[in-house]
Amino acid sequence: MKINKLILPFIILVISSTFIACSDDDSNGDDNGNANNFDRSLMLVNWADNIIIPSYENFSNETNTLKEASDAFVDDPSMENLTSLREEWEEAYISWQNVAIFNIGPAQDVVMRSFLNTYPTNTTNIESFIENSNYNLLDPNLNDEQGFPALDYLLFGAAENDAQILELYTTAPNADNRRQYLEDVVNRINSLSSDVLQAWETSYRDVFVENSGSSANSSTNRMANVFMEYYEVRLRNGKIGFPAGVYSGGDPQPRLVEALYNKDLSGRLSLEALRAHQDFFNGTAANVDSSAESFADYLDFLNTMKEGENLSTLINEQYEVSESFISALNSNFFEQINTDNTSMLQAFESLQDNVVYLKSDMFSALSIALEFDSGDGD
Amino acid sequence: MINSILTYLKTPVKAAPLAVFRVLFGSLMLYTTLRFVLQGWVDKYYVQPQFNFKYYGFEFVESLGEYTYLLYVVSFIAALGITLGYKYRLSAILFFLSFTYCELIDKTYYLNHYYFVSIISLLLIFLPANSYFSIDAKKNKRIAFSMIPRYSIFAIQFMLSIVYFYAGLAKINSEWLLEAMPLKIWLPSRYDLPVLGDLFQMEWMHYVMSWSGMLYDLSIPFLLFYKRTRLLAFILVVVFHIMTRVLFPIGIFPYVMICSTLIFFDASFHEKIIRFLRKIFRIKPQQEVSILNWIPTLKNKLIAGFFILFFSFQLIFPFRHLLYPDELFWTEEGYRFSWRVMLMEKGGYVQFKVVNPENGKWFYVENYEFLTEYQQKQMRIQPDFILEFAHYLEDYYKQKGIDDPEIYVNSFIALNGRLSKRYINPDIDLTEFEDTWQHKEWILPFDETIYGF
Repeated sequence: MKINKLILPFIILVISSTFIACSDDDSNGDDNGNANNFDRSLMLVNWADNIIIPSYENFSNETNTLKEASDAFVDDPSMENLTSLREEWEEAYISWQNVAIFNIGPAQDVVMRSFLNTYPTNTTNIESFIENSNYNLLDPNLNDEQGFPALDYLLFGAAENDAQILELYTTAPNADNRRQYLEDVVNRINSLSSDVLQAWETSYRDVFVENSGSSANSSTNRMANVFMEYYEVRLRNGKIGFPAGVYSGGDPQPRLVEALYNKDLSGRLSLEALRAHQDFFNGTAANVDSSAESFADYLDFLNTMKEGENLSTLINEQYEVSESFISALNSNFFEQINTDNTSMLQAFESLQDNVVYLKSDMFSALSIALEFDSGDGD
Repeated sequence: MINSILTYLKTPVKAAPLAVFRVLFGSLMLYTTLRFVLQGWVDKYYVQPQFNFKYYGFEFVESLGEYTYLLYVVSFIAALGITLGYKYRLSAILFFLSFTYCELIDKTYYLNHYYFVSIISLLLIFLPANSYFSIDAKKNKRIAFSMIPRYSIFAIQFMLSIVYFYAGLAKINSEWLLEAMPLKIWLPSRYDLPVLGDLFQMEWMHYVMSWSGMLYDLSIPFLLFYKRTRLLAFILVVVFHIMTRVLFPIGIFPYVMICSTLIFFDASFHEKIIRFLRKIFRIKPQQEVSILNWIPTLKNKLIAGFFILFFSFQLIFPFRHLLYPDELFWTEEGYRFSWRVMLMEKGGYVQFKVVNPENGKWFYVENYEFLTEYQQKQMRIQPDFILEFAHYLEDYYKQKGIDDPEIYVNSFIALNGRLSKRYINPDIDLTEFEDTWQHKEWILPFDETIYGF
């Protein structure tokens, strides 16, 4: 009897709270008919099928052409072949910026990013390897003697001018070894890119898409962390912050720019990386002009409940601000830093502003832990 | 009135509930100690970090490095002593000291349930939990009692009641009840749970969960104390804690609470448990009936004094936030040690800037070069962490040759789904400030009001 006396008010309160909730219901006119739910597994499918795999296909095509150009040059080290090899290197390097984010699954397993784009490259070691022919590019310690930065040096920086560079591959003492090294580096890039693509196409795609839960190791959570790490560490710091001297006692470090030898490329690489990051945020497909479920839509969906600020718009606006700052820079970052580092620092700060939205607001809104396995909660 | 309370507390009651509590608590502590070591957390939390965030007033508690494992060995053996009731008082003291020492090494790992374990083990030191169904009682008839003063059991019950009730009070605020925050953020992210996953996408569900959570916390102590509602209350306890276990990564805490609330049940229930345990472990004779009476010796008076101080502290300390200006959720001044559990969702970002005033040169700090992920995560949202790290950086860069480094921070916090807002005054050199009990003036105002406790 007494139990009823206590349970009844309890139930009444619970039910009345339900009513409060319902009357408080907002009706944000969402033209999406099924606004009641957001299907995260569709987001994973969109990521895998429309962004990640097509981007790897593009990249793999580029590295194939790079290999063809390199083979042609090794066969016949002419100025013409050098020029076309350089062009293919540039294309592949730009294409790389579209897959560099996806340090997950196969790419993570083979440490692709470390092998393909660790800069500054170690030119002393490269020269010594060429001289002694004693290297194994599979060795994880040799990450800064290969990849795109090594090619940057080999194709643009190994000598004063183009004629002298060509000489290194033709008449110089170690020309044979050098051609071999070039070939090895290109082959390594090409095989890593095709391995990773193949792994995605054959098995990992399904693993990725099916891991649609909400645990710390689910695809969404891991992708979000990888996405954030790329932005903060690789893009903001690696491409802009480190060379601008943001972390090094106030002294600019222009030699830390990406593409140190073909200097004009730095800006283009950064812009490409930024655009790729924004496209991923918006779920924009790699090769066709369409977009589907991604972080932006996920935030919009959650926002209909919260009635908060429109975070996805704010984030997109900030991407645009950063883009205009970086576009305004000399594409030759080396020169930019030496003449006017302040603009470089401004670009850094604009990238920084989005770290706040992404890391603090987005992760909080998505309720995704910023790292894996942090023990118990409260 | 006072007399009747005293009589109530002194009245001898059966010792079985406290004995069962001792066994269950001890076993859970055995498990949690073992789990902590096996998960590699000792290494990750206490051995690897190069820097520890200290509790105010406990700066002397240093990490023992690799030797921290020894503390866990001590905890483990002591927990075994508690479970078996063997050299019980020594075990309780050792467990309290070793467990609490580990907790005090670094406030990064502060959790209310670790605090709960610490204070329960402190209470156990002063309770005759080994007078029944223990090795001590078997070996030494002089300390063996089947009846003990009512306060020995009441102390635990009262502590549990404080935990629940205060946790409930903390939920009476406009964010929790009117906005259903932060559950509105947390629940939808658990979309992959069967049945519940879909319900959690509904806004009304967030309100139901918020309100029932608050009502549960506030009412459960009363429902447990009152005999007619006790069973219902226990069912609620089980449902509630299993639910939290499913929803959030909170380790063994739900089991600690479920086991602890058993102490509210009648002694006959606990005697059944003990009979069952005796059967399984083939422990022979029943204990003779003997009564531990409370007599006003100096020792007993001192213990009584301790309890009064202890519970006064427990009742008052959680309200200390009332003495601080600005919003508790924003400044977190007075947030810890007051049973505020899962109350807010905070995202944050903090970047430290070191300036050398001699030449005006500046640079940013890569937090990860000094701190673990876990430490960074806690630091992003708590001002005392930020200040402490600023001082650490000051010392670090002094050694690196900057005579008088100035440390500034860019710090933002997103609280319960609000847009990120600047948190710490970016123009203030943090090296000029020390941590105190006072309000931290360098925290920018919240400029909003959250109503409630």
